[in-house]
Amino acid sequence: MQIQAEERGWLRLRNAFSTLMENRNFLGFLLVIPAEAILFIFLAYPFILGLWLGFTDTVIGRKGDFIGVGNYVSLLKDSTFWLVTYNTFLYTIVAVLFKAILGFVLAIILNRDFKAKGLVRAIILLPWIIPTALSAIVFWWLYDSTFSAISWSLIKMGLINHKIDFLGDPTNARISLIVANVWRGIPFFTIGLLAGLQTIDPTLYEAAAIDGAGSWKRFRRITLPLILPLLAVITTFSTIWTFGDFQLVWVITKGGPANATHLFGTLSFQRAIPGGHFGEGAAISNFILPILVLCVLISFKYLKRED
Amino acid sequence: MARVILENVSKYFNEVIAVKDFSLEIEDKEFVVFVGPSGCGKTTTLRMIAGLEEITKGNIYIGDRLINRIPAKDRDIAMVFQNYALYPHMTVYQNLAFSLEMRKLSKKEIDERVKEAADLLEISELLHRKPKQLSGGQRQRVAVGRTIVRKPQVFLFDEPLSNLDAKLRVQMRGELKKLHERLSSTIIYVTHDQVEAMTMGDRIVVMKDGLIQQVGKPLDLYFHPINKFVAGFIGSPTMNFIETELIGSENRLFVQADGFRLRIPEERSRNLQNHVGKKITLGIRPQDLSKASAPVEGETIEALVEIIEPIGNEIYLDVKAGRDSLIASVDPKTRVIPHQKILLQANLENIHLFDPDDEKALL
Ligand SMILES: Nc1ncnc2c1ncn2[C@@H]1O[C@H](COP(=O)(O)OP(=O)(O)O)[C@@H](O)[C@H]1O
Ligand SMILES: [Mg+2]
Repeated sequence: MQIQAEERGWLRLRNAFSTLMENRNFLGFLLVIPAEAILFIFLAYPFILGLWLGFTDTVIGRKGDFIGVGNYVSLLKDSTFWLVTYNTFLYTIVAVLFKAILGFVLAIILNRDFKAKGLVRAIILLPWIIPTALSAIVFWWLYDSTFSAISWSLIKMGLINHKIDFLGDPTNARISLIVANVWRGIPFFTIGLLAGLQTIDPTLYEAAAIDGAGSWKRFRRITLPLILPLLAVITTFSTIWTFGDFQLVWVITKGGPANATHLFGTLSFQRAIPGGHFGEGAAISNFILPILVLCVLISFKYLKRED
Repeated sequence: MARVILENVSKYFNEVIAVKDFSLEIEDKEFVVFVGPSGCGKTTTLRMIAGLEEITKGNIYIGDRLINRIPAKDRDIAMVFQNYALYPHMTVYQNLAFSLEMRKLSKKEIDERVKEAADLLEISELLHRKPKQLSGGQRQRVAVGRTIVRKPQVFLFDEPLSNLDAKLRVQMRGELKKLHERLSSTIIYVTHDQVEAMTMGDRIVVMKDGLIQQVGKPLDLYFHPINKFVAGFIGSPTMNFIETELIGSENRLFVQADGFRLRIPEERSRNLQNHVGKKITLGIRPQDLSKASAPVEGETIEALVEIIEPIGNEIYLDVKAGRDSLIASVDPKTRVIPHQKILLQANLENIHLFDPDDEKALL
């Protein structure tokens, strides 16, 4: 009698278990746990730690205490911080604008039929494939005040008569960095937009041609509206990366001259690692957060409207 | 005024010859159908007329103008594409209005023309929708609507019904035909479907491998195909072709097949004298074979029924006569069972004979 009851209990448990396992929600939850755990350890944990550090006075070698918004208040009074904010916005807006325009133009050119199309498309990808640190070093050389190949060629061509001080002058340094960033970022736009352009049915252009639209009208009325959602997404991504840029700047100028090229990323690193002020460094990078969230919200909102 | 004339038009894609020496005069207000199997050059020809494809050789005239070098937008033509090519980001209204906007018509006139076309095609309720929200048939109407707002001289249709289900296709066939009468303009219509060609065309151009095979009125093509290809392409089920020998006994000629012989009508015999004793291809349509009651020498065929396909208004019988397989389309009330022997009466007036070498029809 008792054994039977026990068996019945066991059976019921098994039934309950298998019902549970057939439940989509529960099983789905179970299956994503490993992925969630990995994401948590490698993304959420450092992210939350960074947030927390921004509210402490942690310095290297000493566990800090919670100091509320102390770091943020002192940063807002720091003129270097304001300069860096200006730099970052300037850098991002100008670089993203040029990347978008040049990348789009290149994508349109590559979308045409020509010989060796595959090869050219592969070459276009190069700036994107080469490790940033490496291409940064190449730019550093190109911009060197004595060994610059650019200065050398221009002098040889007789266009200038003295070497350009690419990185010593604040304006030159900013332009130089933006050029390097644009060079590196164009392929992302080009390849992304090219993929988008290729999904546009070519008969649409033929229909439009018969309907009386010239090439500008076809671009304006067919290509642009159809590619705009993709352009918005790509621009958002590019904005996020450019805003948080670090490698190019750190290798080429280290933020100089006179902080003219310091960005949030480099200043945060400089204060936190060489400077030892973890708390302050974290607070600087936390300033990026609301701006990027805003970026993402705008582009998502735009995408929703398109649908 | 909107005649379309093609003079020895050819199109080469590198080595591939898509269209060769295409010559045709299309009358004003005529409904001409290009028909042929896939890859025979129908679309290419249409695209050359539209100005979407360069003309390798030859001349095309619309009205009195040589249009070889005139861009598509100035040719005064409109085209319905096989996939409709509706602008996916525009509403139906904007799709219809687009060409008028490009031609800088006033807002008021655009509105009038769009509404008029929408009324005609019964798509007024759909004007605010995007193409994605339309059914196949509705999209097709919008595509047609987009062409008629312009009131062009010539309409070009590239297989516009091939993406619709069978029932809708039949319905749209009739509607397009009616539309042609209302618009009274020239239509060039491309299809691979011979039924569509037969039912819609004033005149049909049968093509194969880039070459025109025959041009004619639907029933002319049906009753007087110029070669074996046209004979086989037009009509359903396909014409039966049987390899036979032309034999003469007394003053009468017969085609001798493996399992039967048929008499050639006397008035045709005279032209066939120098084929006597040679191989000849007999062509006979399934509709020209019916059930016979008694055997008649040279007129009936004794055959074995293999497969029975009742269609409704007729029954298709796959039969075997000697070595040869034939299809007969018989009266739906005919009672037959598989493996039964059947006697078929051939309608000798309608038999076709082809030279087995060049496949041309023999009178
Ligand atoms: N753009 C092109 N490049 C190369 N060959 C083509 C091109 N367009 C069509 N062809 C070839 O030309 C021939 C005719 O094609 P098409 O006019 O599309 O035939 P249809 O419309 O009768 O099916 C085919 O052999 C096809 O492969
Ligand atoms: Mg085609």
